[in-house]
Amino acid sequence: MADAIQHDILIIGGGGAGLRAAIAVAENDPDLSVALVSKVYPMRSHTVAAEGGAAGVVKDNDSFAAHCSDTISGADWLADQDAVEVFVAEAPGELTQLEHWGCPWSREPSGHVAVRPFGGMEQERTWFAADKTGFHMLHALYQTSLKYEGRIRFYDEWFATKLLVEDGRCQGVVAIELRTGLMHTLAARAVIMCTGGAGRIFAFTTNGAIKTGDGMALAYRAGVPLKDMEFVQYHPTGLPGTGILITEAARSEGGILVNKHGDRYLKDYDLGSPLDVTDPRHPQKRAMELGPRDRLSQAFVKEHEKGNTIDSPFGDVVHLDIRHLSAKKIRLKLPFVRELAMNYAGIDPIREPIPVRPVVHYMMGGIHTDIHGATPLPGLFAAGECACVSINGANRLGSNSLTELLVFGARAGASAAAFAREHETVHIAALDTQADDERRRIREEFLTKDGGTERLAALRSELFNAMEQGAGIYRTEESLRQTYRTVESLHERYRNLQIDDHSNCYNTELTAALELRNMLDVAEALLHSALERKESRGSHQRTDHPARDDSKYLKHTLAYRRDDGPPRIKYQDVVITKWPPGKRVYGAEASEAATGC
Amino acid sequence: MPDTTITLDVFRFQPDGGGHARRSTDGPTFKAYRVPYHEHWVVLDALNWIKDELDGTLSYRWSCRMGVCGSCGMMVNGVPKLTCAAFLKDYYPGTIRVEPLTYFAVERDLIVDMDGFLGKLKSVKPWLIRENEKPVDEGEYLQSPNELASFKQYSMCINCLLCYAACPVVGAEEDFIGPAALAIAQRYNLDSRDQGAAERADALSADEGAWGCTFVGECSEVCPKNVDPAGAIQRVKVDNVKDWYRKLLMPWGHR
Repeated sequence: MADAIQHDILIIGGGGAGLRAAIAVAENDPDLSVALVSKVYPMRSHTVAAEGGAAGVVKDNDSFAAHCSDTISGADWLADQDAVEVFVAEAPGELTQLEHWGCPWSREPSGHVAVRPFGGMEQERTWFAADKTGFHMLHALYQTSLKYEGRIRFYDEWFATKLLVEDGRCQGVVAIELRTGLMHTLAARAVIMCTGGAGRIFAFTTNGAIKTGDGMALAYRAGVPLKDMEFVQYHPTGLPGTGILITEAARSEGGILVNKHGDRYLKDYDLGSPLDVTDPRHPQKRAMELGPRDRLSQAFVKEHEKGNTIDSPFGDVVHLDIRHLSAKKIRLKLPFVRELAMNYAGIDPIREPIPVRPVVHYMMGGIHTDIHGATPLPGLFAAGECACVSINGANRLGSNSLTELLVFGARAGASAAAFAREHETVHIAALDTQADDERRRIREEFLTKDGGTERLAALRSELFNAMEQGAGIYRTEESLRQTYRTVESLHERYRNLQIDDHSNCYNTELTAALELRNMLDVAEALLHSALERKESRGSHQRTDHPARDDSKYLKHTLAYRRDDGPPRIKYQDVVITKWPPGKRVYGAEASEAATGC
Repeated sequence: MPDTTITLDVFRFQPDGGGHARRSTDGPTFKAYRVPYHEHWVVLDALNWIKDELDGTLSYRWSCRMGVCGSCGMMVNGVPKLTCAAFLKDYYPGTIRVEPLTYFAVERDLIVDMDGFLGKLKSVKPWLIRENEKPVDEGEYLQSPNELASFKQYSMCINCLLCYAACPVVGAEEDFIGPAALAIAQRYNLDSRDQGAAERADALSADEGAWGCTFVGECSEVCPKNVDPAGAIQRVKVDNVKDWYRKLLMPWGHR
């Protein structure tokens, strides 16, 4: 067995949040050694797939209050307003910092950074790099991180399996070095979780294969609560079959959604009235195609029920039409949309409308943190999609998540650095003993085991289908219970799992098995949180409890894992500072009812 | 299984003790797998079907399956391809041979060793270099759309390494920095905000830098993102020559 590896700060996950946190530590305190542990090479992380942009107030006609108000109403008042205020205030600085690190933001003729409108946003405030914003941000962060040689040490393709908690503090992880199969003890004074979301627990998702909720599950199993897990964002425009994302930017540039009759059906769902696409006021902000994602995805389901959607070999679709934007604009502003539509839907959006349907995209919930990125477990911090601060509440606005991983990645890095300076002791011997148990567990459960009868892929696809059926855009007590029973039985059957691969080098079947366990744990927390929230708010729509109920549920759900049975659910009040709960208004009414502050 | 199937002939290699091995010396084996044929499937879908249904021991890298994470590059019938963008229908009904990217050491099956590339990437200092950093609260560096356009193409590299697998110079000269890293160096050199060209010059003008390139142009042919590394490398050479003349004619001046 290899000796324990020691650093001052461990960051698990090398996407946008992890890289931003690593740079924050390196800049904050050059004496601290940072280890960035990632199951894939950092530039493979799913930040890479974000397309539309990153929100931050920068133009004279905009204001912090407006970005706060949009975010809070978009969240159906479940966001913590102190967190939103911090987020909005620090957003422009973080985006400018990225500019200084080379991110190729799209520009105005004046040379200033350009912004575009986005769903649910009252003003143009979304910075973008054509339609590959996440890709450019991730590569700018990764390449910048390389200059901190000696301060940031990369453990690429290391898969963390367990948090090590000793003396009431998180002091490290056990991680498998995929190249050798060695299971290392990594010890540190503080750990930051930046492992992204868990969209892969659903069958139809924009998320890459790696998004299996690993960090959420590790924290959950270490006793840290998962917050607001019932809130799952469906993006309204995914390609049928593959679930590949067609960015909201297609609509912010003027694209429209039409049903099989050619109607702009969103007009029937309290999202305002359509303007002709030739009208200079189109697209209207906070209206129609630029409404929030939860409302647009729900409208699709209603259209489907009315028989207004279009048959396709991969489920019903509506059409996202961008033809009127002109070939020139599509090539300049939406080249990736065109490439994806041509490669994966076989159509050129310059000439034909794009078939789309709602698709699982983002987890609003995650590891419970405060505005400093700290979790209730001392020494454990979290940022990015795996965390829930919460600024996203019951529905995240498009282009807030790329900014979120910068703002809270940097905050978590600074907080962890401060914590590490105050907590120098690491209990190596005790950590190694715990790690030995973990090594033994993995060998016995997977590598030396024989005679199991359950196949990994079968269990995984049952999970996918159950989640899709019972925990989708609309849910009921019955649908959730049924899915929960399936997940319970999958947990049971998982004990009887048999993998083919017993080798050490790049045993990707072993990691897939460990990922499945993480997915089952996340699913359990999600389902039980959804069962207990007997109201409809944002992305959580219960047809058996169709109204929002502020008297009971203006609260965050906290799910604590128990060894025997479903998680224990507790609630925590939402922080309200200046924006009292009100009605979410989009469309024509919106301008009259603007919630100023 | 549906009536229609297609056969994938897949390279298999498993090291005994987790060590490295060059394919050529270790005697690779190929294993044939018959998989369902669907017109909309890509080679990666077929590999996933094999791993799920036939053989859990097959190892390869993948994630986004939308051509942007850069993980799933492999040789498909001898040509470097992103397997998430290589459709079965373009090969049907023939057998598809899937191998790890050529010119790289194979770790296992379809997984190659990326360490060499990461070292090369780092050697060109792929970050914005400034003599004086402007404080963030003074706002962004101004950059016109034309200035952005002058380097944008070279910033589109997804590090998928298809260009290394296509480049005969990489095959002959292990230390050659290679197409992607050179294109990324040019991406920063051409960025109006950057002042680091001189710092990158040594790495770029060395024998294993841009001058290693014999302008075969295969890199640009296989690039899935139209980065045109070959074009970038030629520009590096032109800049090198200009520098050399400038030094010759104005030895007292700065580079």
